[in-house]
Amino acid sequence: MTTLTSPKTGGRRRPFTRNSPFTRNRPFNWRRTIAWTLLAIAIAVSVLPFFWVLRTALSTNGSLAANSASLLPADFNLGAFKRVFGLQTAAEAIAEGGSGASINFWQYLWNSLLFSSITTAGAVFFSSMAAYAFARLRWKGRDGVFSLFLGTMLVPPIFTALPNFLLIKNLGLLNSMLGLVLPYLFMTPFAIFFMRQFFLNMSREVEEAAMLDGAKHFRIFFQVVMPNAAAPIATLALLTFMGQWNEYFWPLLVGTTEEARVLTVGLGVFKSQSPQGAPDWSGLMAATLVSATPVLILFAIFGKKIVNSIGFNGTK
Amino acid sequence: MTTLTKQPGPGLSASSGPRKSRKRGKPSAGFRGIGDLKIALLFIAPAMLGFLLFYLVPTVRGIYLSFTEYSILGDPEWIGTRNYERIAKDPLFWNALGVTSEYVVINIVLQTALALGLAILMHRVAKSTLIRGALLLPYLMANVIAALLWFWMLDYQIGIINQLIEWTGLPRVAFFGSEQWAIPTQALINTWRHMGYTALLIFAGLQAIPNSVYEAASIDGSKAVSTFWRITLPLLRPVLVLVLVVTVIGSFQVFDTVAVTTAGGPVNATRVLQYYIYQRAFNEQDFGYGSALAVILFLILALVAFIQMKFLRGNQSDLD
Repeated sequence: MTTLTSPKTGGRRRPFTRNSPFTRNRPFNWRRTIAWTLLAIAIAVSVLPFFWVLRTALSTNGSLAANSASLLPADFNLGAFKRVFGLQTAAEAIAEGGSGASINFWQYLWNSLLFSSITTAGAVFFSSMAAYAFARLRWKGRDGVFSLFLGTMLVPPIFTALPNFLLIKNLGLLNSMLGLVLPYLFMTPFAIFFMRQFFLNMSREVEEAAMLDGAKHFRIFFQVVMPNAAAPIATLALLTFMGQWNEYFWPLLVGTTEEARVLTVGLGVFKSQSPQGAPDWSGLMAATLVSATPVLILFAIFGKKIVNSIGFNGTK
Repeated sequence: MTTLTKQPGPGLSASSGPRKSRKRGKPSAGFRGIGDLKIALLFIAPAMLGFLLFYLVPTVRGIYLSFTEYSILGDPEWIGTRNYERIAKDPLFWNALGVTSEYVVINIVLQTALALGLAILMHRVAKSTLIRGALLLPYLMANVIAALLWFWMLDYQIGIINQLIEWTGLPRVAFFGSEQWAIPTQALINTWRHMGYTALLIFAGLQAIPNSVYEAASIDGSKAVSTFWRITLPLLRPVLVLVLVVTVIGSFQVFDTVAVTTAGGPVNATRVLQYYIYQRAFNEQDFGYGSALAVILFLILALVAFIQMKFLRGNQSDLD
């Protein structure tokens, strides 16, 4: 989901000390205790499911039913991960409760990586250029065109997905990486909005100095503006990449063959291949974990940037 | 999923002097008077290409297709408003609208209430990035991942949640398998994924309310509860409207979680609008009918956004 809020403008943060009944010094502050308890529950609800996924992924299918509530993996085993990466023979997989159908997450992982990287690079770069024109250049019709661009955010993706699918099909690009990335490659309305906000608030001084030196817009943009915008560009790239990594609907329509499948779609297929009887839970959870890992890594590295981008700078 | 709607303006921003955006049109020293049309065209050319090819033309084409009969083979054949007439009499469409609405309502109530509570808790006792990060984690996961994770945890036979339910002495719940529970379950998954994110949005709004407002209230002898209802909540209005618009518009387009878990079932219990469109257009190759359904979804969303912005004055802040 793409959401916009106004960029960082005010909202000075001050420690909330006085006036709050929660922070008064008392020997035992029961309100504060309740508040922390509720918060702890919310955190547990948000985080514990991931532990459960890991615990299940490391279990053996056959033992899950008998140990459905044990906190440790039931009969520790890495078979689920082997199954996900196609390292088990069909017979082995079936013996461990898998479907035995061929599934190769390396391929999906690679496709997801390509899909997300290419679209992020294209969308961020071209959107920044456009945003610069909307924020810093003076031309007739600028605000009208910008409103038109922004208006596209109101069109639900399914609405354009149907005709876009037909276009990609007519171009013969179904099940190709190009077909997957094209609709996102040139811009996203969110990226334009986000970068425009930044450019509007950026000081003009450096640009003007460069201009007095006789530099032209292109040089100013690439040598002065873009380096100065490194921080917001990084945030935007991060948000765009994660959004693309999680995309499901469009890749479901366009990338249906094994070669063009991305992770989210692969997960759906893996789930639907469940063998008769009990589903391959540990395999499914291993696959889920594999799909989540890149985002988890990004979050571990850039967590602060991501968290602070919400509500303050414009949001995703 | 998409969407929003907000011109840079008031909203979350509270008072930071004159808005920068007012300055943007003013010619400044180094800029030539005639404007930069040529160079601007170069700068927006790629984005414009993407906009025309993948946003504007498809929007027009989608509307056109909704008046045609078109199975992917052959050419679209103009049939006037017949698709819309069929939709009006289509029980599956009305069912889809019904279950989608149910989903939206549960989401609004649960998600907004929980997020508001969480935001206040964070604001009062914990502002640490680590806590906010933990609460945000589910939102960073794909819908598909959230769906599968809960599909496992809520499994009727060996899901941990049903295990816990049984320990409390209650009967097991067929979360995905019963018509009665299927939609609330989908809404719960979505709430789980969005709760922290929404809380963070509201939290940002809370941070933007200046302390002086609370000080004044406290000097006037206002109690915590009445301060919340009379000051905090009204000042949060723009943020809450934003959250509502985002939640409603996003919820109306629910697809991913349904597609991977229940695929519209049991019977028609989770055949939500977008899933129904997908089935008509891509499974049954009825692109004309699918497009007409998409137009209707589009109109519903536009109406919802319009009503919420208009009547809740979401684009004006009381802090200025």
